[in-house]
Amino acid sequence: MIRQEQMQVVKQQTIATNIFELTLTGQLVLDMKQPGQFVHLRVSDQMEPLLRRPISISSINKGTLEFTMIYRADGSGTTLLSKKKPGDQVNVLGPLGNGFQIDKVEAGQKALLVGGGIGVPPLFELSKRLVEKGVQPIHVLGFQSEDVVFYEKQFQELGETHIVTVDGSYGSTGFVTNVLETLQDDFEVYYSCGPTPMLGALEKMYSEKEGYLSFEQRMGCGIGACFACVCDTTEKIDADYVKVCSDGPVFPSGVVRV
Amino acid sequence: MNRLVIELPGLSLKNPIMPASGCFGFGKEYAKLYDLSQLGAIMIKATTPETRLGNPTPRVAETPAGMLNAIGLQNPGLKKVMENELTWLEQYEVPIIANVAGYTTEDYVTVAEAISKAPNVHALELNISCPNVKQGGITFGTDPFVAEELTKAVKAVSSVPVYVKLSPNVTDIGAIAKAVEAGGADGITMINTLLGMRLDTKTGRPVIANVTGGLSGPAIKPVALRMVYDVAQQVSIPIIGMGGVSTIDDVIDFLSAGASAVAIGTANFVDPFICPNLIEQLPKKLDELGFDRVTDLVGRSHRL
Repeated sequence: MIRQEQMQVVKQQTIATNIFELTLTGQLVLDMKQPGQFVHLRVSDQMEPLLRRPISISSINKGTLEFTMIYRADGSGTTLLSKKKPGDQVNVLGPLGNGFQIDKVEAGQKALLVGGGIGVPPLFELSKRLVEKGVQPIHVLGFQSEDVVFYEKQFQELGETHIVTVDGSYGSTGFVTNVLETLQDDFEVYYSCGPTPMLGALEKMYSEKEGYLSFEQRMGCGIGACFACVCDTTEKIDADYVKVCSDGPVFPSGVVRV
Repeated sequence: MNRLVIELPGLSLKNPIMPASGCFGFGKEYAKLYDLSQLGAIMIKATTPETRLGNPTPRVAETPAGMLNAIGLQNPGLKKVMENELTWLEQYEVPIIANVAGYTTEDYVTVAEAISKAPNVHALELNISCPNVKQGGITFGTDPFVAEELTKAVKAVSSVPVYVKLSPNVTDIGAIAKAVEAGGADGITMINTLLGMRLDTKTGRPVIANVTGGLSGPAIKPVALRMVYDVAQQVSIPIIGMGGVSTIDDVIDFLSAGASAVAIGTANFVDPFICPNLIEQLPKKLDELGFDRVTDLVGRSHRL
């Protein structure tokens, strides 16, 4: 069920340059089903900025009724969000969208998780769920440079983790695809979230594999009513378009025309 | 006595609050959040004869106290709207106002004739004001003669009253209003969005793929209010007012300026529960202002 709730800030901290980790608490957490879903936040009660901000969920803790988001403060909305302190309220609409399917991979099998920049966060909850299930995750995480790398240790605790930076200031140099070329492809399914060109490259690279890709698009309503976030589809499916917010943001590989 | 009831051509509204076309799809998404039967009416997304896939993305951009959109009238087309969407909406006790759009007069006539026969469509809203399509839309809404002729053609085939949705992107909106009234319009809905644009300051490129988009949200309320106030004095057919309505005070202002009912657009994206919330707040606001009924408020600014 989608709800709107005034949730309370439990914790907020900077974890890399302009990258924030924000934990909120409230009943809405109980409705979060899949890793890869997102929430739509109002960062202010004022008319400026007016629209909600879609932000992916990076971690869910139903026991404490808390969930965590990791986001980059690079616009007026996310900058305001980064000023929120413990005890402050945030108006949350969610959980929204369809997340990553984990039923296609069994205990003992491997799953490849590929994240690019601010697309990395939703893979964290996904990896936790996979590990709970007995699946072995392999993480390949790409960032621009060392100062924006985050959660390396957290991912390492869950499984094999490769970090790559575009400028080579940390980990390997280049794009995630440079690392992927050196890895065995003995995984059952791959999951990815990040820039669209990266998702396209993965689809090409693993065209024989089952994959789930999380897309990003400018949104209006976040619930499927306004048709702002539509994407063209391939011949593979019998629909002229899909909406990232309500049909996605996660789609099986081959559905969205990249 | 029901204080919120409003009677308009074709429409017995249990209250004067309705979601505006294009901001509510065909209701399915919002039906997951609340009972649509609470609403005064629903203005469904513009329907054209054939399927339309709309404009390239990005289609929206935020602006100070508002937003730009250039969706491009994306809709599944007349047949699917009638078979899937309107049929599905029949489960709710809410009159539907069908927004009708097209490239040509024939398109409007085709859609109007068919869709006005749907049992839950109680009125049409002629979209002669969409700024985001290259043909049709606004080209019908900026010339009084063309607007009048189109209204006549649609009136001749429609089984329900016809409201015409006016564009603010004109020099004299009163002239268009009088023309559609002369063409037989039963009511006016106003305003559609204001043509605008936003640039990426770093690159100088337009943020919206369509280059320009329609501005909506609180930023346009003063413009909309002025236009409703003007038009209300120039025509005798009722007005459904809209443009940046997001609070109960905005609702009161539009009624005072001469609107008989009020539509909510962009505010649905900010607070998806805005329509039921405003409906709930309305009686209290009437008490506060000392009015018995919503109808007592309509056009009060002109009687002062």
